[in-house]
Amino acid sequence: MAIPSYATRGERIWHYVFLGICALIFLFLVGPLLIIIPLSFNAQPYFTFTQEMLTLDPAGFSLRWYEDFFTSRAWLNAIKNSFIIGIASTILATILGTVAALGLSSRHMPARSAIMALLISPMIVPLIISAAAMFFFFSKVNLAQTYLGVILAHTALGIPFVVITVTATLSSFDTTLIKAAHSLGANPTRTFFKVVLPLVTPGVVSGALFAFITSFDEVVVVLFISGPEQRTMPIQMWSGIREQISPTILAVATLLVLLSMMMLTTLELLRRRSERLRGVTPE
Amino acid sequence: MSDSPASPLTTADGVPLKISLRRAVRRSKLKAFLLVSPLLLFLVIAFIMPIGEMLWRSVDNPEVSTHLSRTVDALEGWDRESLPGEEVFAALAEDLREGQQARNLGLLSSRLNYEKSGMRSAITRSARGLGALEPPYREALIELNAHWGDLDTWKLIERESSPLTLSYYLAAVDRQLTPDGEIVRAPETQRLHVNLFWRTLWMSLVITGLTLLLGYPIAFLLASLPLRYSNLLMILVLLPFWTSLLVRTTTWIAILQSQGVLNDMMVALGVIADEARWQMIHNKTGTIVAMTHILLPFMILPLYSVMKTIPPSYMRAARSLGGRPFLCFRRVYFPLTIPGIAAGGILVFILSIGYYITPALVGGQSGRFITNYIAYHMQTSLNWGLAAAIASILLFVVVVFYLVFNRIIGVDKVKLG
Repeated sequence: MAIPSYATRGERIWHYVFLGICALIFLFLVGPLLIIIPLSFNAQPYFTFTQEMLTLDPAGFSLRWYEDFFTSRAWLNAIKNSFIIGIASTILATILGTVAALGLSSRHMPARSAIMALLISPMIVPLIISAAAMFFFFSKVNLAQTYLGVILAHTALGIPFVVITVTATLSSFDTTLIKAAHSLGANPTRTFFKVVLPLVTPGVVSGALFAFITSFDEVVVVLFISGPEQRTMPIQMWSGIREQISPTILAVATLLVLLSMMMLTTLELLRRRSERLRGVTPE
Repeated sequence: MSDSPASPLTTADGVPLKISLRRAVRRSKLKAFLLVSPLLLFLVIAFIMPIGEMLWRSVDNPEVSTHLSRTVDALEGWDRESLPGEEVFAALAEDLREGQQARNLGLLSSRLNYEKSGMRSAITRSARGLGALEPPYREALIELNAHWGDLDTWKLIERESSPLTLSYYLAAVDRQLTPDGEIVRAPETQRLHVNLFWRTLWMSLVITGLTLLLGYPIAFLLASLPLRYSNLLMILVLLPFWTSLLVRTTTWIAILQSQGVLNDMMVALGVIADEARWQMIHNKTGTIVAMTHILLPFMILPLYSVMKTIPPSYMRAARSLGGRPFLCFRRVYFPLTIPGIAAGGILVFILSIGYYITPALVGGQSGRFITNYIAYHMQTSLNWGLAAAIASILLFVVVVFYLVFNRIIGVDKVKLG
């Protein structure tokens, strides 16, 4: 955003003020996430920087909260549960969602927008309402307090993300590429694996990532329909924050921020790959 | 037949082209629908049916008609002017005796207790004291518990014997029925929900306004920078978007609490005294700050995707026609961004009114949302009918906004990241 040569003095000043305001808003967005990283190395059970930390005294830092986390049976069990539920529901949501997206992107799909609105609804309905509804229904059919119940619930919540990302990928899919492959002598199977799949995969993978993170971060539904056996990471954090807030939570939070950075990097790489495959280059 | 000029075009095997085409379209329609059907079936079972079950529960009223079936039958034709006769009391005694043996009077007594306080103990005590009673039951039961001598109790039993009820919805909007069936406001001390509904809407509006205020400049900056810079800055928007909700809430607790980072900083800088630390958490401020932070990306992303489509030459044209910068912005750029404002605004508003986690963790008393009361009635007061009624009202509000959103923007235009 360069300043045009005809800008007046006032505009130049405003330009820098504007950039300053934007910097402050970015600080508001990212600062809170970065501040917990050093806080999680606190040697004291406080949620603020101690005198030793501010003077960078090594005695003020420790890994005790990480040790706490990695040696606690409850936390490790919660991680295990989160991964079991997250992976199972992601696989289900990705398969169902991708197949449905193939149908939805067909020109002849009947009642397309009504069905689309229905498929997206788990994303829009407030979680507390979904949770209460699933609690009523799942306890009636003996699915409450089971792994299967939580997995099915999370599949429903993850589906909109898969449907949205995969239909978006398919809508920009250039069907002449298939004809081109045929004209160059590829049979349909070869065309699917060599042309269609590489172009669609980024959309499917990012949809799956969204579905996974939705399940991995979901508290309310698990709170309502799971039993003590299915305690997940978010539930463990939730009760940690509500009952006795210990800096172990900050250590967990730091690990989760790192996880989201990794996810984001993966997505960005996928996006670039997909752009390269489509022959789009950034300006 | 292809010789006659009026005959239709046909395919190679002689089928008219029109029919063949129609058949092909039908086949591809069917194929598309078959691809969608597994997901549709799954969602109907795992999501739509539970929602239906919840809506049903908000009006379902089986307690009186099943557990007091004899009494309800005996009450048929009662004049509602005087206490019912001995046969009704005998039926009541029989119902209570059976319920006591089957140990299923709990649901009935709490159901009646929602409508008339004291009914819980009236039922449990009478059922327990029945063993020693001999007919005639009328005087004996009235002596055992004065509620049975109250005309209102019988009017209540008669009213609640219908299989459907609106009383949960009335309770959800702080109304109640008098014994004679008139709708009146609940006593002052029991009026909670309407205020909470208004507070939820009001705070959601504030949060939506704040996200717009903070999101607009960022979206503008991202849209006007060249892609290689804006992609980098976009990461700063997407990082919070991808970070666990609980992490973001926790970090605000760490920052805002009275022994937290911000207060310590202010004390160290001498802005506030050590004794006069700001109360920024477990109240409205905490909820608003944390939720603005959490929902900000949902405002920035739709705004950005709209601003990206506005050609920069429009502003240059407006300037070259002599408009002052602010006027050009207000008359040219801003109107073009209104679809983005609508999309982001509705999205943030919908998400905000249904938020539960953050208000529950940082809201304290004054920063609570109506969702917290749904959880309260689900988990603590165990009045599931009332929870279902409040949830249904909230669902209605959300669905209306969702349909508006769908109308003006279209769900399939939603972009993620």
